[in-house]
Amino acid sequence: MRRKLPVDRAIPAHQFDDLEQQREAATFGAWVFLATEILIFGALFAGYSAYRAWYTHDFELASGKLNILIGGINTIVLLTSSLTMALGVHAAHVGRQRALVWLLASTAALGTLFMVFKAVEYYDDYRKQLVPGLAFDPAEWSEPGRVQLFLIFYYVMTGLHAVHLTIAIGIMVWMIVLARKGRFGPDYYNPVEVSGLYWHFVDVIWIFLLPLLYLIGTHSILDLHF
Amino acid sequence: MSAVAEYAPQTAPQPAPAPGVNYLNAEYGWKSWLFTRDHKRIALLYLVSITLMFFLGGAAVTIIRLHLLTPNQQPGEGLVTADTYNRLFSMHGIVMIFFFLVPAIPATLGNFFVPLMIGARDLAFPRINLLSWYVYVIGAVITLWAMLAYGVDTGWTFYTPYSSRASQTNVVPVIVGLFITGFSSILTGLNFVVTTHTMRAPGMTWLRLPLFIWTIYATSIIILLATPVLAMALALVAIERVWGVGIFDPALGGDPLLFQHLFWFYSHPAVYIMVLPAMGIVSELVTCFSRKNIYGYLFVAWASIGIAVLGFLVWAHHMFVAGQSMYSAYIFSILSYGVAVPSAIKVFNWTATLYRGSIAYQTPLLFALGFIALFTLGGMTGLMLAALGLNVHVHDTYFIIAHFHFIMVGGTVMAYMGGLHYWWPKMTGRLYPEGWAKLAALIVFVGFILTFLPQFVLGYLGMPRRYHAYPPEFQVLNVMSSAGASILAVGYVLPLTYLLWSLAYGKPAGPNPWHATGLEWQTPSPPPTENFAVTPVVTQGPYEYSLTDEAEIAG
Amino acid sequence: MTARVIPPATYYTVFAALIGLTFLTVGISFVPLGEMHTAVGLTIASIKALLVILFFMHLLYGSKANWLAIGAGLFWLGILLALTLADYFTRHWWTY
Repeated sequence: MRRKLPVDRAIPAHQFDDLEQQREAATFGAWVFLATEILIFGALFAGYSAYRAWYTHDFELASGKLNILIGGINTIVLLTSSLTMALGVHAAHVGRQRALVWLLASTAALGTLFMVFKAVEYYDDYRKQLVPGLAFDPAEWSEPGRVQLFLIFYYVMTGLHAVHLTIAIGIMVWMIVLARKGRFGPDYYNPVEVSGLYWHFVDVIWIFLLPLLYLIGTHSILDLHF
Repeated sequence: MSAVAEYAPQTAPQPAPAPGVNYLNAEYGWKSWLFTRDHKRIALLYLVSITLMFFLGGAAVTIIRLHLLTPNQQPGEGLVTADTYNRLFSMHGIVMIFFFLVPAIPATLGNFFVPLMIGARDLAFPRINLLSWYVYVIGAVITLWAMLAYGVDTGWTFYTPYSSRASQTNVVPVIVGLFITGFSSILTGLNFVVTTHTMRAPGMTWLRLPLFIWTIYATSIIILLATPVLAMALALVAIERVWGVGIFDPALGGDPLLFQHLFWFYSHPAVYIMVLPAMGIVSELVTCFSRKNIYGYLFVAWASIGIAVLGFLVWAHHMFVAGQSMYSAYIFSILSYGVAVPSAIKVFNWTATLYRGSIAYQTPLLFALGFIALFTLGGMTGLMLAALGLNVHVHDTYFIIAHFHFIMVGGTVMAYMGGLHYWWPKMTGRLYPEGWAKLAALIVFVGFILTFLPQFVLGYLGMPRRYHAYPPEFQVLNVMSSAGASILAVGYVLPLTYLLWSLAYGKPAGPNPWHATGLEWQTPSPPPTENFAVTPVVTQGPYEYSLTDEAEIAG
Repeated sequence: MTARVIPPATYYTVFAALIGLTFLTVGISFVPLGEMHTAVGLTIASIKALLVILFFMHLLYGSKANWLAIGAGLFWLGILLALTLADYFTRHWWTY
């Protein structure tokens, strides 16, 4: 049983021999969990790739309609949040409590900003008649069915990503609460590290979603709008 | 991973438990069970749950086999309507696969014995272990409610477009239940992988691990990497149903086969999730009851990993008649022959272990021998199915049903029973009555053969699966199969009875009634909560029966 | 504490590279490359991902077992993609 002692007197849980074993097990466990996450998104990548192999041209056309400006800005937002997260883990490691809390808060804030921009983008997609089943005009397209397949995968993939980001923001908030209580320090900061791993993973997924969904074909500068 | 060897053996022993105090009586009250973090108690929570699910799945098939006593070609003939029949076989498949076979060995015997066999005090993440049980229960409740309230008639395979468009049954609630249950599986697998890497006792190198641990490890790899794909495959079906968007709809250019690819990417490796731990148990049983070291430890260990890896390369052999590309079918057919090799290696090695061993015909070994015989037969029919030409003839017939029941029931369930009997004294501190147990094993074996051998013939002659009616000329074989099922049922109810009986009236078992090697036998029966008073230090391989026996003879 | 402390300067450098690569990948999409867009986009994305994984996620500095976990995930993803696409790419090769 972990007793809630001040930071530099943390003791390992009963099944572990020492803190180092506990830390290694927890970190390795986080990486193993991320491997499962690769496969959960991987299933969607596989379905998407299958249809893209068959309908390359229609996927290109549909992709060209997505809002690449927001997509690009969101990428920068998420990358910045990864920086603040990494710096936060560092702050925990060296015992800088205030910096830790600020960096975790910045990470959560940037993640929330991503969600706000995403919502704006989804609304923009709705206004542009790019939502199958809700707002979609088949007459616009030579192959409306195939375009719909692209759009469905776009929403499911970014949707699953958004679900993960929401969970990650929740974890951040939890970490902020604990950090403000002074729970982390050079002796014990593994929860921050593990939360960081999850956060970075959500970022990596987006790094791949950007080219797969937004950058299939050639864009025109005239397309850019917010 | 050599990290564990760097840790000093625990120098300060745990406070020695008071004599007679073990994990069962250390604490009392329902809270001490429902909020436990002890892997042994969690294993028992799972044991109760999966046993319940086994009998629920059995109830469904009882009705099916009663219904199939008659050809039912006239409307209204037979025990149930065609629609009910569809719900019954769907329920049987879903319950037996997801709620019994997948968790049975890993979550009960695995949870109980992985820490004991590697010399650890618990798994790496005890709270996640408990969480996995709660997730399992929640998933089970949702799924069962959905199946019993109105039912689902898609079969456990949920093929599109029937499941995503046409079916008027409770597809989405069942999918939600299964999606949740999948996480239980993943959490268990995660725990085992991390535990095996980081918590082995000093001296317990990878090559000194019992083979059961190797198979649990390989199973966990499969669980971790395959289950997420099933989750998304089912989620896509649910999305298509709920939002009316045609992901697999040919009218949009969608491909129903895409669902099948994603579904079978999990569901084929799933059969290895179900059979690998059973193989691990068989390795433990043949070594103990022939009092010999396993023949070819390295081969058997690597064969487990081989099965895990190769098992992922063959999934589309379930789709030979579905319409995939012919070239893709060729590739999967060839790979399917390949996956039989590591399994065959194991069968050879078990046989070589038994050869010239000092055989003790105790109940666990009887079940292990049953496994070897029936798994081999079932496996050979699997090779037949890998052949494209033959597959086209027997796909979706009773040949397939017989094939997988030989592996799952003749294989996994037999090994599970063997393991349950082998480790029962350790878990409960009681011996079961050997006479009744041997009788049960015999009844199970006879009942099994009578149930499923006729189904091979039925399938080859052309009786389709999932049909509530059949041509009258198939009736004799169907009646044989149903008669066998009734015998099999007796064989399963017997252990339920005498094992429960033994809890109160069984003879007390000592720490090592089988005189087996293995760390789990070096601690009292039942074990104390902390498993070991002092962390063991391992200096030899897991099956050094010759050394153990010499030491015993020497006194 | 046995884990190394990574100097923040490393993180800032990696961050600069990530932003640069993002501008590159978006910018390239305005250049008519035809079929090459996919390959180029995925290559740049892989480099970015590698930077995040190796440096931000400390894969380079941690235990070797972590490499096994991520390697297994990627390898299995490869299996899923390769064998599924084997069907989709060859489905229409042979017409009856």
